[in-house]
Amino acid sequence: MEEEVKAPVPEQEEYVINMGPQHPSTHGVLRLVVSLRGEIVRNVEPHIGYIHRGIEKMCESIAYPQIIHLTDRMDYLSAHINNEAVCLTVEKALGIEVSDRVKVIRTILSELTRIQSHQLFWATFGMDLGGLTCFFYGLRDREMVLDIFEETCGGRMIVSYNCPGGLMNDIHPNFQKRTKEFIKYFRETLPEYDRLLTGNVIFQERLKNIGTVTREQAIAWGLTGPVGRASGFSCDVRKHNPYSAYDRVTFNEILYNEGDSFHRYKVRMDEMWESMNIIEQLIDNIPEGSYAEKMKPVIKLPEGEYFQSVETARGELGVYIVSDGNKNPYRVKFRSPNFVHLAPLNLMSKGAKIADLVAINGSLDLIIPDIDR
Amino acid sequence: MNSFTGYFRGIFNGLRSLLQGLGVTGKYFFKPGTTVTQQYPDNRKDLKMFDMFKGEVIMPHNDKNEHKCTGCGICEINCPNGSIEIISATIVNEDGRKQRIIDKHIYHLGMCTFCGLCIKACPSKAIEFGQEFEHAVFDRRKLTKVLNQPGSKIMKGVE
Repeated sequence: MEEEVKAPVPEQEEYVINMGPQHPSTHGVLRLVVSLRGEIVRNVEPHIGYIHRGIEKMCESIAYPQIIHLTDRMDYLSAHINNEAVCLTVEKALGIEVSDRVKVIRTILSELTRIQSHQLFWATFGMDLGGLTCFFYGLRDREMVLDIFEETCGGRMIVSYNCPGGLMNDIHPNFQKRTKEFIKYFRETLPEYDRLLTGNVIFQERLKNIGTVTREQAIAWGLTGPVGRASGFSCDVRKHNPYSAYDRVTFNEILYNEGDSFHRYKVRMDEMWESMNIIEQLIDNIPEGSYAEKMKPVIKLPEGEYFQSVETARGELGVYIVSDGNKNPYRVKFRSPNFVHLAPLNLMSKGAKIADLVAINGSLDLIIPDIDR
Repeated sequence: MNSFTGYFRGIFNGLRSLLQGLGVTGKYFFKPGTTVTQQYPDNRKDLKMFDMFKGEVIMPHNDKNEHKCTGCGICEINCPNGSIEIISATIVNEDGRKQRIIDKHIYHLGMCTFCGLCIKACPSKAIEFGQEFEHAVFDRRKLTKVLNQPGSKIMKGVE
């Protein structure tokens, strides 16, 4: 990969350039200090903190139901799954068992969230690599999922639909009809994505064997989600530690062994099929029951430490709450997947071309507000 | 010889993959019925948001200019970022007893994160979400709103 560069730069000298914080392909305010020799990347140093809002610290001064609206704003593309993570932790601490209806609705909405997140990944990944058509087609189909969210939850991206003990309100009567329509439509449209981008020779040439991570490296760096599974690390929380209604559905964990950018993309494309399978198994038989358990007006967690992890669209999100028995948590820690995925960027892109850095960065599907929190 | 055929096979497969992609875009190019673009500022008249859409917090009044807010302040406690301020007053009602009523229900739209906790917590269902979404103003002071209309009273039977 590394070639002799015929440049008038002396052997030891490196050209240091800032990629970001305002760069279209870093998808947010991420600053990468890139050391270059010619066109070859020698070192990448991520500088984070441009969108740090102190969410973990803010959580310490507000009550448990109020934390949920802050988690929307971490990984805004998996907002619903983030909400669910906090709710599951609080419910676990209080020993509340939510009704089957809540579990099934949460699972369906989580999978819809995963689909829309991967659709946006497909759209922006294609755009990063020079295919602007993908952006239009991806957002066109994502709109259908956002309409489902808007009708039931009231928000399009920032849903705030979960609350400890259940859901904010019951699902809209049109929810099942719309979801089925979307699945029917998207089953026909998803092969188009493959024809347009996956098979494209330019796209494949730019991704295959770029940014390879072995299985051992993936485990050592703690990579989860599609990034870890592309390297053959079986890490799906839905499979290994099922929460909500994942124990009553059958689905495959997508695993590839190559670990390059192309297979990180492939995992996400295949996961959309699996998500549709999960939704189809649940959508017709949503059990009857209450949409929310009766909770006390002021929720106080018993003293202790509580942890729950969920599988967001990007990987494992862990919520760790230390409670001292008050209505506010003593300490909240979010183990966010994007922060972990940013760390091995230097490892992946060392020796690659600067254009490959864009491809690698895109294939990690980083959400910057989730890195900084 | 092997690399020679491989070279041409590469060109052939590459061209085929590009043509497949062009086929997808061509399909939509010649079928304009599949476009989904909304002509936004022009379709304002028949653009209807979903009932659940969280546009802004409103306080519905009936035709006698009455609302349901008792001024209890539960929405203010539930708001995570202080978007709601309740200024209450005490009056003497017809029975001669002192009663706490709402003077001003101040809502800072610019600070609101639309989490919906105030509406979920309200015991008398006095506030709800409106469907208005065009909130842009030139002066940020206009984002501070008083939700109860001037001269409004509490509806009879709401405690």
